[in-house]
Amino acid sequence: MNEPSDSIDQRAPLTGARALVRFAVIGAVLLAALGAFAYAGGWLSPHRLTQARMMAAFQSAGGNHPGFRRNHAKGLCVTGWFESNGNAATLSKAAVFAPGRVPLIGRFALAGGMPFQADAPATVRSMALRFLPPGGGEWRTGMNNIPVFAVNSAQGFYEQLLASKPDPASGKPSPAAMQEFLARHPETVRALTLIRARTISSSFADSTYNSLDAFRFVNASGISVPVRWAAVPVQEVLPESGAQRTNADKNYLFDELIARIQRQPQQWRLVLTIGQPGDPTDDATLPWPEDRRHVDAGLVSIDRVASEDNASCTDVNYDPLVLPPGIEPSDDPLLSARSAAYARSFTLRAGEKRKKPPSAVTTQDVQAGGLR
Amino acid sequence: MNVHESRFPAVSRWLHWLMAVMVLTMLFLGVGMAASVSERYRFLVAIHRPLGLAVLVLVAIRLINRLLNPPPPLPDSIPSLQRVAAKASHVLLYALMFIMPLLGWGMLSAAPYPIVIYGSLRLPPILPQNPALYALLRQLHTDFAYFLFAVFLAHLGAALLHGLIRRDGVFESMALWGRRR
Repeated sequence: MNEPSDSIDQRAPLTGARALVRFAVIGAVLLAALGAFAYAGGWLSPHRLTQARMMAAFQSAGGNHPGFRRNHAKGLCVTGWFESNGNAATLSKAAVFAPGRVPLIGRFALAGGMPFQADAPATVRSMALRFLPPGGGEWRTGMNNIPVFAVNSAQGFYEQLLASKPDPASGKPSPAAMQEFLARHPETVRALTLIRARTISSSFADSTYNSLDAFRFVNASGISVPVRWAAVPVQEVLPESGAQRTNADKNYLFDELIARIQRQPQQWRLVLTIGQPGDPTDDATLPWPEDRRHVDAGLVSIDRVASEDNASCTDVNYDPLVLPPGIEPSDDPLLSARSAAYARSFTLRAGEKRKKPPSAVTTQDVQAGGLR
Repeated sequence: MNVHESRFPAVSRWLHWLMAVMVLTMLFLGVGMAASVSERYRFLVAIHRPLGLAVLVLVAIRLINRLLNPPPPLPDSIPSLQRVAAKASHVLLYALMFIMPLLGWGMLSAAPYPIVIYGSLRLPPILPQNPALYALLRQLHTDFAYFLFAVFLAHLGAALLHGLIRRDGVFESMALWGRRR
């Protein structure tokens, strides 16, 4: 063995039929690689629920509105602070729960992909918060004024959107399509019973906003517990009145919120509900038992309000998986679905900024103090 | 017959195959998570970010290694046009392996999203918040991913051509285990 050890065997190039066979093998390998890539990207599975199909479903239900969020499209920016009382620090090592003040960038909105829909009592209201502790450990959450979510999976959400598609003739969703959807989703029927039974309050300011999805709080010792949270109003809660329902102001809920915040800070207690073993964490349509332990983690105060057209909440994706160390996702499949869909919605609207018309609640509306 | 004497040094070959697995994993994770709304999504994202950072670190090490351990010359039998194509594709692969993680890091910075690597380990932003810039970088991240996959297919096709048909030792020069005479 006198040859250098790193020299390589050389043979004559293949020709003729044997070469052709090997060319075919190479072609097959390349095609297989391309096919696997296309499969992973969903191009070979027209029935797989993808981010693109979810966005298309939002558009079919709410219309095409460049520059706006695909859901909770009508909204208003707010800022304020969270005053942590330290009560939650034993449950979670997240920086926000250490005693002290954390700045907030928030947004109030109405559910649905229609940025110019008229305010209405039964439309789901949302409060989104971005907690920005000075030393890092950012937390984002979006909460709704309903006790449970109407669906428990991305597929259910998608089918609900399709069933909500307005009939071109009547401009309203087809009752038959909704019946057909409900027949296949008993969990939604149960959840809608709870959602319809809720007391609808008079204002964004006296609404209770629920996380709906479960999360896991992890403390400094590594102990993890399931948690759902809610923003519970400090303001007196008044039921919505018939007079509000006939209000000619299409933005009456937003205008009332502007007036309130400009009068004095509006406040909510951040209340954690601690789940016990066996409480469902993977199904947002199911409530937890009433007797679960509650922890008051501190006070959310909202003291400034601004139109989406000149405020920073517009450029925030309230992705429920932007979590600090100390808060972790649960096994709820909606968390991944929301995170993925919000990310796609954010990417689309970030690229459409120049095409976006002014938001329904304008800078002038806010300057007028919500009075018109 | 032209004799192709030498192989890449062992460290170069190991870096090549390790990164081949990582880059392919990243491409499939990426194209999969960009389509997904399933419960797998958050796990795909959780792997994609640290793996992307690892690619960025490794490609820097690999470039230094390539400067210290230059690749063996191509056999004389290869026509000059193919030499140019080989060189160009390798430059592209190196460039894309740098560009893709930096685009990912940059787009998350511009969004802004926290750039979570693992647990409380997070990278600082490398760009200021700017939604239009985010949208552009996010699109480029996709476009360059498709381009990288296309260059990978060309690279794979050329490697198999050398190994199965031309049998000129080029494939064996990068193989982890090869026939030696």
